[in-house]
Amino acid sequence: MSTVEQIPFVDYLVLGERPHLLAHECSRCGARYFDRRNACAGCFSTEFASVDIATDGVLRAFTIVTFAAPGVDVPFVAGVVDCDGTSVRGNIVNCPPDPDHVTLGMAVRLTTWVVGADSNGVEAVNYGFEPA
Amino acid sequence: MATDDIWILGIHMTKFGKHPDLDVVDLGAQAIMGALCDADVTMADIGVFAAGNLLGQGGIAQQLQKQVGQTGIPAYNVSNACATGATALRTSIMAVKAGECDMGLAVGVEKLAGAGLLGAGGQAKSDGEQWERSGRFGAVAPVDGRIGTQSMPGVFAQIGMEYGHRYGGADFELFARISSKNHGHSTLNPLAAYTSAMSVEQIMGDVMIAYPNTRPMCSANCDGAAAAVVVSGERLASLSDDQRRRAVRVRASVLTSDPWQEACQVLPDVNTLTRNAARQAYEAAGVGPEDLDLVELHDCFATAELVHYDNLMLCHEGGAVDFFESGAPFRDGSLPVNVSGGLQSKGHPISATGIANIWEVCQHVRGECGDRQIEGARIGLAHVIGLGSACGVHILEGAAA
Repeated sequence: MSTVEQIPFVDYLVLGERPHLLAHECSRCGARYFDRRNACAGCFSTEFASVDIATDGVLRAFTIVTFAAPGVDVPFVAGVVDCDGTSVRGNIVNCPPDPDHVTLGMAVRLTTWVVGADSNGVEAVNYGFEPA
Repeated sequence: MATDDIWILGIHMTKFGKHPDLDVVDLGAQAIMGALCDADVTMADIGVFAAGNLLGQGGIAQQLQKQVGQTGIPAYNVSNACATGATALRTSIMAVKAGECDMGLAVGVEKLAGAGLLGAGGQAKSDGEQWERSGRFGAVAPVDGRIGTQSMPGVFAQIGMEYGHRYGGADFELFARISSKNHGHSTLNPLAAYTSAMSVEQIMGDVMIAYPNTRPMCSANCDGAAAAVVVSGERLASLSDDQRRRAVRVRASVLTSDPWQEACQVLPDVNTLTRNAARQAYEAAGVGPEDLDLVELHDCFATAELVHYDNLMLCHEGGAVDFFESGAPFRDGSLPVNVSGGLQSKGHPISATGIANIWEVCQHVRGECGDRQIEGARIGLAHVIGLGSACGVHILEGAAA
């Protein structure tokens, strides 16, 4: 049992026993947003509710980044995952970063990993997707 | 010529490449002087001016006026990502169309040689500090590289891969072959930043940036400028025979932004707004893709060129791979695409691109394109995308028609 305090890397990631992502869903048209909006970009409604995003998905697009800005570790696989109708951006992890192992249409599931700890020992935990 | 038509009276692009001896004002002024000379007019004739430059210090329009002629006319500084040049041109076109004046000037200029990777960034938190949330996602550190990629080669790689996922047939080699086509085309363009042909093997074996885009499959950062003079049909009718003969009719000038789509917050949707712009442009021009003699489209990456064959309706929906395989977009094909060498080989000085692609089309429909002339070209289309997003589409027709 770990006593290390952990915080989510972004505020739309929920940690705990079953880590998952959270979106603001437009109450009128169902459009989902990971950041805050004043009005729905699709239908202009101003009513939103929180909704959990499916943790299983299908990889719809990816790239293997081998050249990046300073401070960004390479190589890494960036992708777009279709999580039961909601598109999610994330890295593909726990998988060799090459086109033999990462393929369009592959089934993936949400996973979490520790980015690092700050001076108080608090760990930031990020999400990614791994082969299902 | 109908009096409410808009025409390009003169247009010029500088050599694209490295210009260490010219600053952004010198380059922009060179393009303007060239366009005024091509139009056979002076700044005294110009009633509106729009200028674009993204990476400079701002106020480029007024800086350029001081370089070429300060006449007190309205000057607009415009900024619209990679669509900045097209936006500047369209700003002048709108003013002429609205009847505020009968002649306008637009310029786009960029100093970009050696700029490196665009779009990405962010340093990691330095050791010892406490996590602190910032940005629209409340992230405790930069998200680039940790939650997908924000680098342009990576974003556009995914856009091409998504097309492949939807329709099939698009692999690393296909994208490399698209790139090889454009590098081959550039050998005939003395103003291109790079003018060497590259084989598919060379392109696939070059430095990988973001799979499947290797370095030569990415747009080339370089310096450059392009400028255009636009005129109303009514004013053109009063000009010389030579000016009328060389004028190029703007059959359509369209600018769109990205309408909301399900996944657009995750991966920019460059498809819907391009399709919308193309549809509006074909309707305004009263022509269809089958009437085009050449297309200059925004191949900021090899992966982008593929999707725009489809978005500009040069093929049936889902048919971009077949369109390329048919040989159509090669300069000897049925619908040549990027005979200038495109952004991958001609180069992509961001703000200049949206006028430089129109210059290319104008040279062909005027029959003045020398060695790389597409024989008998009469109507062409120029397309740009600025990520964020903005899309400009212009359809141009030679006066001799």
